[in-house]
Amino acid sequence: MDKTCISPDDRNEKFLRKLKARNIDVQACYQCGRCSSGCPIGDFFDLNVMEVVRLAGYGQEDKLLHSHTIWLCAACETCATRCPNEIEIAGLMDVLRELALRRGIAPAEPRIPLFHQSFLGSIRSWGRVWEIGMIANYKVRSGDLAGDMKLGLSMFLKGKLKLAPHSIKGTSEIKEIFSGKGKEYDR
Amino acid sequence: MKLSYYPGCSLEGTALDYDKSVRAICRKLEIDLVEIPDWNCCGASSAHMTDHETGMRLPIRNLLLANPAGHDILVPCAACFQRLKAADKALREDPGFWDAGDYKPDFKILHISSFLAQPGILATMEAKVTSNLKGLPIACYYGCLSLRNPRITDAANWERPETLERIMTAMGAKPVAWSHKTECCSGSLTMARPDIAEKLVGDIVSAAVRAGATAMVTDCPMCQANVESRQSGETYAPAMPVFFVTELLLAAITGTYPSKQQKVHLVSPAALSRIFSDATLKKEVSV
Repeated sequence: MDKTCISPDDRNEKFLRKLKARNIDVQACYQCGRCSSGCPIGDFFDLNVMEVVRLAGYGQEDKLLHSHTIWLCAACETCATRCPNEIEIAGLMDVLRELALRRGIAPAEPRIPLFHQSFLGSIRSWGRVWEIGMIANYKVRSGDLAGDMKLGLSMFLKGKLKLAPHSIKGTSEIKEIFSGKGKEYDR
Repeated sequence: MKLSYYPGCSLEGTALDYDKSVRAICRKLEIDLVEIPDWNCCGASSAHMTDHETGMRLPIRNLLLANPAGHDILVPCAACFQRLKAADKALREDPGFWDAGDYKPDFKILHISSFLAQPGILATMEAKVTSNLKGLPIACYYGCLSLRNPRITDAANWERPETLERIMTAMGAKPVAWSHKTECCSGSLTMARPDIAEKLVGDIVSAAVRAGATAMVTDCPMCQANVESRQSGETYAPAMPVFFVTELLLAAITGTYPSKQQKVHLVSPAALSRIFSDATLKKEVSV
């Protein structure tokens, strides 16, 4: 992030209001660095956690949405747990991923959102995750057909993967949930 | 005692044996588990990571289905537990926003090891042990989501939890003091970025080996599958088996560790061969 020039004119007020509405007080950061130092995935990030919080405080939505970090974050909540100012940093990462998907921004880690979409597709269809179907869907979407073949076969032979899905009765309620029935869909 | 039961999707698939051992332990404790009728996936972690509303409404539906019975809800999966807790907090704060009318249930949401580690329940289980775990050096591994973040989970001791240690000690095992008991194994990334999962799992298993453990025990189905499946085997040997807490409880109480159960592990559970007779425990598990 060296030589990054940030002007107050670039600040995205709408983004800052969104964070405020979700009680994510990024302005409370005094850059102690506990979030970054405890992050288990930090070695793989392009922006470290504290930089994400700082850029969010400056309203730099675009820079954040193009980062690898937002997709590599595993939602382990170590940062939010250890933040002395109780900033909901994991919640901030959720907001950033959601905005990136809604705006159709090409993800820096394309396989990760494809996995999420396969996982959610399974819930949408059956009400529960059906692992074989979800994995096959992800493999086709991502093109990662060869990866983990041995592991998948071994799990299958050990009876860990159910052959047929179990559909719940209330699938129409689940479809309604996915259609955005509530008040949260407005940006 | 009656409890509502939310197994979650993993316990119908990759962690089917976890579900069976949870139910068996509850039968031993004379706890009647009432499965939440027509429960759905809580969405963890993909839903809340990519869509706030879906991530809230999926677990909310389960809470509303559990509400009429009113029993406390037992949740064996750490990820499901965290999502149900988050939804419960949001609902209590503003039920109108989530179209949930007047939501004021008396029930509590219980994660399995905190529930089982209560002194009364622990004493009951201890009295039933027929084959104690003979000082098995074991690393108690919690991972993330039954603990973090404590503003959601209400965990009492999130950096140095000891519920699994209390249970394992009561069964006669010897929990090791180690550094990585609440470190993330990156279960939510394991399919898309197995390289990251191998690095994190390698660090966790190395730490357990360094502390002298010959086995790990957990209460999270994602951790169990991920830590057993992502050991690259270069930095440590032999590979480290990861048991479910209820799996070991059941073995200690019944005094047997059946071959059918041994076979579900991706890593050989031979660490238990000193405790349960060699005749019933093969050294290597064939795929």
